[in-house]
Amino acid sequence: MFNKFDVLETINMVEKEHLDIRTITMGISLLSCIRATAKETADAVYDIVCKKAENIVKTAADLSGEYGIPIVNKRVSVTPVSLITAGFPEEAPLIGRALDRAAHTLGIDFLGGYSALVHKGTADYEEKFLRTIPETLATTERLCSSVNVGSSKSGINMDAVRQMGEIIKETARLTEKNDGLGCAKLVVFCNAVEDNPFMAGAFHGVGEADTVINVGVSGPGVVEHALKSIPDADLTEVAETIKRTAFKITRAGQLIAKEASQRLGARFGIVDLSLAPTPARGDSVAAILEEVGLESVGTHGTTAILAMLNDAVKKGGVMASSRVGGLSGAFIPVSEDIGMIEAAEAGKITLDKLEAMTCVCSVGLDMIAISGSTSASTISAMIADEAAIGMVNNKTTAVRVIPAPGKKVGEWVNFGGLLGRAPVMPVHESSAEKFISRGGLIPAPIHSFKN
Amino acid sequence: MHAVVTVTGKDKKGIIAEVSRFLAEKNANIEDISQTILGEYFAMIMLVDISGIQEELSVLAKECAEMGKQIGMSVHVQHEDIFNAMHNI
Repeated sequence: MFNKFDVLETINMVEKEHLDIRTITMGISLLSCIRATAKETADAVYDIVCKKAENIVKTAADLSGEYGIPIVNKRVSVTPVSLITAGFPEEAPLIGRALDRAAHTLGIDFLGGYSALVHKGTADYEEKFLRTIPETLATTERLCSSVNVGSSKSGINMDAVRQMGEIIKETARLTEKNDGLGCAKLVVFCNAVEDNPFMAGAFHGVGEADTVINVGVSGPGVVEHALKSIPDADLTEVAETIKRTAFKITRAGQLIAKEASQRLGARFGIVDLSLAPTPARGDSVAAILEEVGLESVGTHGTTAILAMLNDAVKKGGVMASSRVGGLSGAFIPVSEDIGMIEAAEAGKITLDKLEAMTCVCSVGLDMIAISGSTSASTISAMIADEAAIGMVNNKTTAVRVIPAPGKKVGEWVNFGGLLGRAPVMPVHESSAEKFISRGGLIPAPIHSFKN
Repeated sequence: MHAVVTVTGKDKKGIIAEVSRFLAEKNANIEDISQTILGEYFAMIMLVDISGIQEELSVLAKECAEMGKQIGMSVHVQHEDIFNAMHNI
């Protein structure tokens, strides 16, 4: 039985420390929707998404009311659309727009899965599908797109990496009125996971059951607050405190995931143990790193603390949930974290440091605004670097950069809401053009041959 | 089925009376009460049997929060499972 301190602690976590369930994401298989034409497929896709996720918004509101914990986002992820449009790849935008319409009908926040998996090679239909991404993101509002260009097992598809640099530039150009907002909904992965509930990278893997519920928990503010209560503790105790806090946060997520899947008639997929920040003060991963003892995030020591944080979150979370998956770790999106925004503005965090940080935490170069004049090959080279980190370290890495059209270093982009705002950060100016134009495949590392 | 009702705020007369009356009207049965005063700060936690309530728990929670506002207190109603999940192994 719990005691009154437990009750008051939980209430404080919600009221003062921004504890929330960041997302309930329903994964829906679209494989049964493949028809002879794009139009028929689009209709089938719209119908199945609207039917399966019909009650997701109401259920989330009910659960939030009953348990007293806010559920911030309701989302849907679907089978990578490139697979169901293989017969008519040029017409894939029709399906994209049908999914966006479904998202509006349901009242959900985002729908992910306008995706392709090309980590070993790009099929002809996938190459054509990738070319539809900029137009589709420019003509939809809630649809998110992701492309997996590498894996530890297969290596890095550098032809796809080259193409994605161009696609990111084109997406920015087509959404230039909104500072290149389309790029905030497009992520390039290495080692993409099939059960990720977070956007923009969520898609429903083909190895998944028909309909599943994946839940993403959050709570950087809760961890920061717990650390504030032990200002002089050594790092062993700091790690232990993070672990205990992550346990509690994840248990809340586990309960919500179990209940939500029962009520929505779906399988319980996974709980993703991620510390996901928002631009609100008191909800920042950077603030946790600073609380441990940095004057500013981005200085020497940042990577070490982040490694410890990421590991402690996993250890606490794994103990708390029967099914853990997704990305599970700490997120470091620049525009979505007030501590990161301020460090970037003051020039205290650089892209090189962010890249180093991605070696020890989940995801990668995330929500970073760069100058609109950055070349496609430079963006591709950034993707290649991140993919290499993921491939060699057997972890997921990603790139979600926004080459903001017409914007120079030091100017601001503003996406509003959870996507936040960020100063344009400098990138290296020396060219990687020749490297990127070579194409081909970077072979998988020797330690991938485990059979 | 049980819910936990938490009432916090500045102490004054009649808080318990008001909250109990409200819960009785809703057909919720109070099974346990723990209440303390810390300085001027009032904190009360009730364990309430809600099997007999006529409305959904999320609706009752909203109404309780509203009632709390009227008497100048912060009132939360939450299903007990959230505390069992977070604080017990």
